[in-house]
Amino acid sequence: MNFVALKMLFGDRAKYLMLLAGLTFSTMLIVQQGSIFWGLMMYSQSGISNINAPVWVTDPNINQVDEVKPLADTAVTVVRSVPGVEWAVPLYKGVQRARLADGNYQQISLVGLDTATLLGRPHTVFEGAIEELRSPDTVVLDQWAVERLGGPDVIKLGTVFEINDRKARVVGIADTQKSFQNIPFVYTTYERALSYSPPERRKLSYVIAKPIPGVSPESLARRIEAETALGAYTDEEFSWKTIRWVLKNTGIGVNFGTTVLLGFIVGMAISGQTFYLFTVENLKQFGALKAIGASTGMLARMILLQSFLVGFIGYGMGVGLATIFGLTAASNEQLPFVETWPLLGGVFVALLGICSLSSAISIRKLAKLEPAIVFRG
Amino acid sequence: MMTQTIPKPPDGISTSLVTARGLTKSFGEGNARISVLKGVDLDVFMGEVLLLVGPSGSGKTTLLSVIAGILDADEGELSILEQSITNFSAAAKTQFRRDYLSFVFQQYNLLPTLTAAENAAVPLFIRGVPKKMALETAAEILAELGMGERLQSLPSKLSGGEQQRVAIARALVGDPRLLLCDEPTASLDGETGHKVVEQLQHIGKRSNRAVIIVTHDSRIFEFGDRIVHMEDGQIDQVQHVNGEPT
Repeated sequence: MNFVALKMLFGDRAKYLMLLAGLTFSTMLIVQQGSIFWGLMMYSQSGISNINAPVWVTDPNINQVDEVKPLADTAVTVVRSVPGVEWAVPLYKGVQRARLADGNYQQISLVGLDTATLLGRPHTVFEGAIEELRSPDTVVLDQWAVERLGGPDVIKLGTVFEINDRKARVVGIADTQKSFQNIPFVYTTYERALSYSPPERRKLSYVIAKPIPGVSPESLARRIEAETALGAYTDEEFSWKTIRWVLKNTGIGVNFGTTVLLGFIVGMAISGQTFYLFTVENLKQFGALKAIGASTGMLARMILLQSFLVGFIGYGMGVGLATIFGLTAASNEQLPFVETWPLLGGVFVALLGICSLSSAISIRKLAKLEPAIVFRG
Repeated sequence: MMTQTIPKPPDGISTSLVTARGLTKSFGEGNARISVLKGVDLDVFMGEVLLLVGPSGSGKTTLLSVIAGILDADEGELSILEQSITNFSAAAKTQFRRDYLSFVFQQYNLLPTLTAAENAAVPLFIRGVPKKMALETAAEILAELGMGERLQSLPSKLSGGEQQRVAIARALVGDPRLLLCDEPTASLDGETGHKVVEQLQHIGKRSNRAVIIVTHDSRIFEFGDRIVHMEDGQIDQVQHVNGEPT
């Protein structure tokens, strides 16, 4: 009867298209909003992902990466003394003001890397070399800084600008993930970062560390916490801590959650109602099938086949449209858009739920249908 | 759950294909309760075309539904092909209908998105017959009914008479033992109605089969072997066509 079910589905073109449109729209909305949401979450932890360090040592009461609580300078040596540490270096991180050649000011996220090792450096440097940071008054910008500070015609290798009235010369352009506040990253050495920043009693933002081979970042972090009374997290733990903080302290989760829920409800309402109408309008035909000898189970399988088939097609189209959106509107990271397998899996499960519930309404109607209906004129 | 098995009916053991004894059926509750069947006794014999006639509300369609196993009688015994179906489970009745009965409805109840051939093949699809074989069988029967040129037509493109012939083909494709028809000529003009009933009569005359037709249409009375008159939930009179009332 699969053949009959499919002919019934595709033959009623108007209802088929209505169902397909509902499920496609629902899928697209959930995937698109979910991907933007996840993109924003990735932005929120870019302060961690743009610094390549397996373990972050922090103030024990820290909430998230951008809420820097400076440590005592001795923290670096304290961490180095913990067994299992391969290396531990200081890291400066703070928001400073850059003054451009045209007199305008722009906020930058200044990152000071250990001068000797430059550990924590960005993965990719588009132009120049990170090692040039060892020269006087030098900085490496990210691609967003180039954009925000005046564009590639203004900001290029050799360009000089000021950070807190101190000279900074561009010696490299690196690839980084955009930040949540859209403040560009500027890398320099730790000592120079201290000189760029206003005077404070404590200036050490973080200590970043790596475990020796055979010790996991998790166990090293726990060991540092136990032995130093400092906070210590793996990069993944610190990322999640930051994401949880953003979710708890901003309305982002609720906003996106509401839209995703709306997508689910719209999909549910359209497909549920259309399927129900489809069943009600074909009630006599279903009754005839029952009279002829089709069991309720057989009719239920027909309904499920119709529902899930149109669901799968709608899922494919919805994901496709959302992906096209991601590749176009959200290209060049103008809009945060991170489509992940768990999100696609979650949407697939949600769609199965929509299809199951829509089918259940129709199947319930058919289960109660008396085939005697066919003998009533 | 206990599964009832339905053995194949032995051919030619009894000349009675349907035996109904003391069938009663009521609808509604309390003061609104209406008795529609009041102890109906009826035999339908093999090779017979039996017409069930009577005024509206006399219980004809209810009796047909009970014989079809799609309504349960409140009381009484019903045997078809020597199987007492009164106590069959709903699933067993569905299976019994699928294997031995078929129907022609007043409104045809064809699936609008299936072609004539596909509609006629539906009972075979339900039985799990492969699509190609089912469509070939349906096409043969439709051709016998003069519909060989309309196999690929959708119901919306067919006249009332053609739709009814597709419905008859659907009823015949599974080679049923008992054909139950509800007002098969009600939506047809006189000439088409005559042709349809002639075809039903032809089927009823085949050995080991029977046809029950519920009708108001006196123009087709001549095609029946017996005419059973119902009145107020009871059989009022049984008349042999071209014979005396009994």
